[in-house]
Amino acid sequence: MDNSNIYLPHLMEIEKITDEAPGVRTFRLKFKNEEEAEAFDFKAGQFGEYSAFGEGESTFCIASSPTRKGYIECTFRQAGRVTSGLSKLEEGATMGFRGPFGNTFPLDEWKGKSLLFVAGGIALPPMRCVIWNALDTRENFKDITIVYGAKSVNDLVYKGELEEWEKRADVNLITTVDPGGETPDWKGQVGFVPSVLEKVAPNSDNTIAIVCGPPIMIKFTFPVLEKLGFKDENVYTTLENRMKCGVGKCGRCNVGKLYVCKDGPVFTKAQLKDIPPEY
Amino acid sequence: MTKLVEKAASLLREGAVIKVIGYEEGSNKTRPFFCEKAEDVERLIYNGRCTNNLAVYLTKPELLGSGKVAVVATVPTMRSIAQLVKENQLKEEKFLLLTVTKEDEVVEFSGFKEMNDYLADIQLVIDTKEQELINKLDGMNREQRWAFWQQELSSCFKCYACRAACPLCYCSRCVVEVNAPQWIEPWASPLGNMEWHINRAMHLAGRCTGCGACSDACPLGIPIHLLTHKMMEDIDRDFGATFNNSGNVLSTYKVEDKEDFIR
Amino acid sequence: MEKLYINKNGLDQWFKQMIKGGSHVYAPVQGRDKVDFKRVTELSEVASDFVQTTQSIKKAVFPKAESLFSYQKSGKNVEVQDFDALSVSDKVLWKIRPCDAAGFASLTGIFNWDYKDKPYNTRLEKTTLVSFSCSKSDSYCFCTSVNGGPGSTVGSDIQITMLPGEGALVEVLTSKGKALVELSADSFEQLSKEIDKELYLAKVPVHFALEQVKEKLSVAFDSPVWQQQSERCLGCGACAFVCPTCACFDIQEDAKGSAGRRIRCWDSCGFSLFTLHTSGHNPRPTQSTRWRQRILHKFSYMPERIQKMGCTGCGRCSRACPVDMNILEHLTSIAE
Repeated sequence: MDNSNIYLPHLMEIEKITDEAPGVRTFRLKFKNEEEAEAFDFKAGQFGEYSAFGEGESTFCIASSPTRKGYIECTFRQAGRVTSGLSKLEEGATMGFRGPFGNTFPLDEWKGKSLLFVAGGIALPPMRCVIWNALDTRENFKDITIVYGAKSVNDLVYKGELEEWEKRADVNLITTVDPGGETPDWKGQVGFVPSVLEKVAPNSDNTIAIVCGPPIMIKFTFPVLEKLGFKDENVYTTLENRMKCGVGKCGRCNVGKLYVCKDGPVFTKAQLKDIPPEY
Repeated sequence: MTKLVEKAASLLREGAVIKVIGYEEGSNKTRPFFCEKAEDVERLIYNGRCTNNLAVYLTKPELLGSGKVAVVATVPTMRSIAQLVKENQLKEEKFLLLTVTKEDEVVEFSGFKEMNDYLADIQLVIDTKEQELINKLDGMNREQRWAFWQQELSSCFKCYACRAACPLCYCSRCVVEVNAPQWIEPWASPLGNMEWHINRAMHLAGRCTGCGACSDACPLGIPIHLLTHKMMEDIDRDFGATFNNSGNVLSTYKVEDKEDFIR
Repeated sequence: MEKLYINKNGLDQWFKQMIKGGSHVYAPVQGRDKVDFKRVTELSEVASDFVQTTQSIKKAVFPKAESLFSYQKSGKNVEVQDFDALSVSDKVLWKIRPCDAAGFASLTGIFNWDYKDKPYNTRLEKTTLVSFSCSKSDSYCFCTSVNGGPGSTVGSDIQITMLPGEGALVEVLTSKGKALVELSADSFEQLSKEIDKELYLAKVPVHFALEQVKEKLSVAFDSPVWQQQSERCLGCGACAFVCPTCACFDIQEDAKGSAGRRIRCWDSCGFSLFTLHTSGHNPRPTQSTRWRQRILHKFSYMPERIQKMGCTGCGRCSRACPVDMNILEHLTSIAE
């Protein structure tokens, strides 16, 4: 570790590309170097800096579960220079990955509890990692509830996995689309995620809530969770801030005395109260 | 109490303006001052040491607030204001323009036209030190000039103080901040530095009013204003516009223009 | 720590040996109007009468732009070449100030807390810091208010104190310093008498109590003082770039066709784009929020996080600022 260049990416091969939604893709990546593949490990919640050589790096969470070895996955939306560059890559192409960075969801601390996942739109990827991690160790947890919504049916990501989760008896999945986003054959809920959450009213007893979504969704979801009786230390979320180095040096993601890339991206609602609102 | 201080006090007390942008004494030099309270007006000063170009603040809505703002303008500031007006960047009713004469009299302009008339008679003055540098440049041939600028600009570290201080660099997204495609390297490098400064001079061609704020701001003392100054000399020669009256010379077409490729 | 004496001829001899040895020596040189660090080969090129250089010399270990690695694309494959440690030359930073040397201590803290930064460490390893204590200061200096001083040896490998009319006191502080001295060991003499360094140092008055400032800052987040102090700030990067401790950087791509390099370059928290998300959301949307970040990061967040000050009191930011944002003035008013 000491003599290695923390800015030098691992070379990854794109094994599989899945189109999730308009502008949203998932890449399944494997390490080109066997030794690096062997040595690699990560925990749910961590992220990486993904390189499109020629364009730059972009920050995405590792969307696959650490219980599944031999590959990592990332999901991104085409938004700027780097993601546009990534979108041009085909299966078999080479890209870069630096990581794993950041802190993790403390799954060990959650053993024996129920889990409530609340996500919106493109924010399901960071949660997908921890959802699969939980499902792969299902015996550790009591009830698992997932409330997930997007702007429209087309914008829902991981459609295949949503079907899988729907079929499972040990998962309670509620999907919703924003009013106006439903199709004639849509069988899920219609309504914004916070209001659907209020309707579903999951039990807050011995339950951990994990919330990821655009700032506006979080803003309206937090009060609902409070109303349902969730204590601040039991509500987890991920913060997104502009990042470049991913290792706490370039200063970009610095909020108060914390670095989102080192002390986050996973934070509890209680921790958020103590840091300046600069995220 | 100077006449300026009196004027500012009465403007603020009467509520005619919500703030007065002028100058105050700083650490060993003067600096811009945003005076919002009548009890602070004593800090306002105006003399030959007041060289910051205050027009740079007039295109920042979050600084101006809502309400009329008085500006204590030096001649270079007024020239920049005149150019900003020609580029439709300033609303007349937003500003109350003041200047102070050599005799310490306060002049209040009724509007942009009156300010322009006042400016029309004042020639751009170039001091001896400047003129020496300009003469030095004029005495160089093309290769020597290129070498001169390569040398000067090699120390540039892309702090963009020149851009930040220039009243006419008001683009909300500068060309060097566009990354798709990345027209100009944003980092400091021999090539990137030349690209940036040449590009800036080109974007200011026909617009620069010769205030020198760019090189005053440069922490490394690079004489950037000479680039735009020489550019303006070219514009003057080829398009007939001057520092005092450039308008929108490169975005206007006149029938008398000597270029005939467009006919 | 060893104390030696060197006379004027000795200094000259030693300097020549350094150059002969192949080190790149950087020293303050008088320019048109400003004194700044340049590579020198003769002692006579070094500026003699000045308080402070315009820029710090942090670029010796943290260049304004450097290549982190390079790559070539061919078809679906990519080859990368790591940062080449061998391309870094040995450097001697000559006649830096105690505040500059202290700045290196802060930079080393940033680049080594948690992950170790190889490009920075490679450069630092090959750099020897020779500071000269200050016999003059000006109204922008405030090293003594931030745990520094005109004769502080923190961060220096060697410190030289000029003795007017005579030679100089040489304090050899580290093994790197020793190695540099050994290049010309007979240029130096043992001290014949005790030399009281204090007699030759500038008097830099303490302007504020650091603890008081830190205390006030810890509750000042929502204070209107940020807006008041930052109105004239233009949002350029001059203060951050001349500062010996500012280390915020950007990572960019220098792509030319199918080959390229990943570049690290200086950045500033004062730029409006620093924290801008691609979505358009900006956590620090106004200049006052960015000014607040600068001060809080240097005096509050960084000391708390890595126990290093983010400021050495060199005063460069205040001298370089086009609109006279004087950090000493602002800190003093916060302390009150």
